[in-house]
Amino acid sequence: MKPVPELRTETMTINMGPQHPSTHGVLRLVLTLDGEVVQSADVTVGYLHTGIEKTAEQKKWQQVVPLVERMDYLDAQSNSLSYALSVEKLLALEIPARVQDIRVLIAELQRIASHLVWLGTHAMELGAVSVMLYCFRERELLLNINELVAGFRLFPSYIRVGGLREDLPRGFHEAVTAFLDGFPPKLDEYEDLLTKNEIFVSRTQRVGVVTLQDALGWGLVGPIARASGSTYDVRKAFPYLTYPSYDFNVPSAPDGDVYARYQVRIQEMRESVRICRQALQRVTPSGAWAAADPRVVPPPKDKVYTEMEALIQHFLIYSQGFTVPAGEAYVPVEGARGEHGVYIVSDGTNRPWRIKMRPPSFLACQALSSVIAGSMIADVIAVIGSSDVVMGDVDR
Amino acid sequence: MGFESDIEVPVLTTSVEKMVQWARRSAIWPVTFGLACCAIEMMAMSCSRYDIARFGAEVFRGSPRQADLMIVAGRLSRKMAPALRRIYDQMPEPKWVISMGACASVGGVFDNYAVVQGVDQIVPVDVFVPGCPPRPEALIYGIVQLQEKISRTKM
Amino acid sequence: MDAPDIIAALNPLVPGVSYEAASTPDCATVYVPVVGLVRTCGALRDSLGFEVLVELTAVDYLPRTPRFEVVYHLLSIANRRRVRLKVRVEAGDGVPTVQGVWPSAGWPEREVWDMFGIPFDGHPDLRRILMPEEWEGHPLRKDYPVQIRKATDTYEPLQVTEEAFRANIERDRFTRTKPS
Repeated sequence: MKPVPELRTETMTINMGPQHPSTHGVLRLVLTLDGEVVQSADVTVGYLHTGIEKTAEQKKWQQVVPLVERMDYLDAQSNSLSYALSVEKLLALEIPARVQDIRVLIAELQRIASHLVWLGTHAMELGAVSVMLYCFRERELLLNINELVAGFRLFPSYIRVGGLREDLPRGFHEAVTAFLDGFPPKLDEYEDLLTKNEIFVSRTQRVGVVTLQDALGWGLVGPIARASGSTYDVRKAFPYLTYPSYDFNVPSAPDGDVYARYQVRIQEMRESVRICRQALQRVTPSGAWAAADPRVVPPPKDKVYTEMEALIQHFLIYSQGFTVPAGEAYVPVEGARGEHGVYIVSDGTNRPWRIKMRPPSFLACQALSSVIAGSMIADVIAVIGSSDVVMGDVDR
Repeated sequence: MGFESDIEVPVLTTSVEKMVQWARRSAIWPVTFGLACCAIEMMAMSCSRYDIARFGAEVFRGSPRQADLMIVAGRLSRKMAPALRRIYDQMPEPKWVISMGACASVGGVFDNYAVVQGVDQIVPVDVFVPGCPPRPEALIYGIVQLQEKISRTKM
Repeated sequence: MDAPDIIAALNPLVPGVSYEAASTPDCATVYVPVVGLVRTCGALRDSLGFEVLVELTAVDYLPRTPRFEVVYHLLSIANRRRVRLKVRVEAGDGVPTVQGVWPSAGWPEREVWDMFGIPFDGHPDLRRILMPEEWEGHPLRKDYPVQIRKATDTYEPLQVTEEAFRANIERDRFTRTKPS
């Protein structure tokens, strides 16, 4: 009888990333594996650090809006919304109700766009490749709306300090109505493909369970906490814009696993459609598009070409910018990834002294190493996908 | 049937160079190197509306050893630069690099301590595609330009 | 609840620490001295219900002394309240870590160390997080330049040397015995 060779088992250290198709950007995980089971994971971030906060200290207040948008690049207009709200708090600006309703509409459309990318990439990594193509097909309609409004697909810089960049274009109501009518059946289509799909369910149920106490301890207030049983939503708890006048629910699920996060985000998309319909009814096709403050908001271009005061006002705003009174403010909004806000410190000049963006994905990455310890490699992909990390948000 | 009935001898003559150029440019498979926001437009380009598969880039390979194009999509931070160089070194010849977006080409909006001001400081770039982020059609145009560049490359 | 109310609620819980209220347009702001920081945070979490640390950051007010301020944003979900704590820090001084109170403080404290150079006493893993490990300087300080002209490092030495790599492979081979 042949003697069996002496087997020794050891743990294996594997490096995942920073270039890896499934890490949603440049995230590096050094996994210590015992066979397929992850014993520990060392998460390294910083591969996309862009120095946005330092660069923003050199720019004038309105010039920071495009920089801030490129931080969380999937949920771009929530970034500019939270920045604009914080600066407007320091300026004590009165924003007209129509502008606030348009901002609500844009923020909810952006949430749908961000969740579509999440769903597409998450499902693709778990094997459902066609869902990715369907989600991006719907997202193209939303990017068309962005392009209609401000000329640019991903980073329109439409929400600015003081209001919006300009009034809504012709055809906006029709375009958004067409999207809102066509989208819920498509959501049903995605749910048909995934929700009761045995493979999807067995890969996501009881995987990556996060208890509510852990989620709050790690600071993950957003879809992750809501999938663990919380009902905290910044739109209901600390309302901003005109959200108190809208009728919507905050979806929540008790299990805390990857499947619960999937369900919560699908429901959030449905609730966003509801809010958008209500907002669209309130928004008139034309009207006020910014606060009536001549120091902050530039005058319309036809006045600039004909009136002297408008020309001077335009010149002052675009050459030296407006000054914000000294102080600090932090007004969070409910972004697609959770509570998102920009902490602004002003020293009374026309440039920010410090801006700091509260990064929901940064804290999610921090929690990753404890959530994936003990699961298998395949579950690591599911957990990273469900935590919806965007590396621009993590590294800024 | 078809054109075979019109020609007498079913043989095409061409030069080896033209054939190799045709083969190389018709099936350029990129490696996934999406860094930031440009990666989202790159993903949109590979999806159904701006389908890149009709131009030959059928699949995005996960491993650089099976790819011949690296689309550097997004801002390159100093911490990521060694990884970029290592991925480029692992790709087999012939290989090309498209620098997608303003940040990869010249540093973009971010002229600061953290962003490398142009990926061509590290890897040789064949096509620069400007934009922040470039539209998917712009990137497709960049890939078509690369295909034309390959068809002009002498062996 | 604004800042004086919070201070009034904290005074019996954390005796011997003198707080200062500040007025900001958005939420209550309390200046906390460094010595009483951890006890204050514990009291805020346990007795006043601030179970979430939303953000931890720092601001550099360069010409002024004390130079830095470390800022903590806290959130109470049950009571729907926010509070901001600020700790004034001199250049070179450290701040005790609050990771024992809220686990979410770990990485933000690393980021403050990386960007500002403020050390956190008691932090289990204080190393750079956003910049490369061997970077010198703390970028978000006001005396650090925005633009630097520096050649980019494109070479990273492998974690193990070649001899160590071969030794690892030899050690992992099965020990085979000849068939009898």
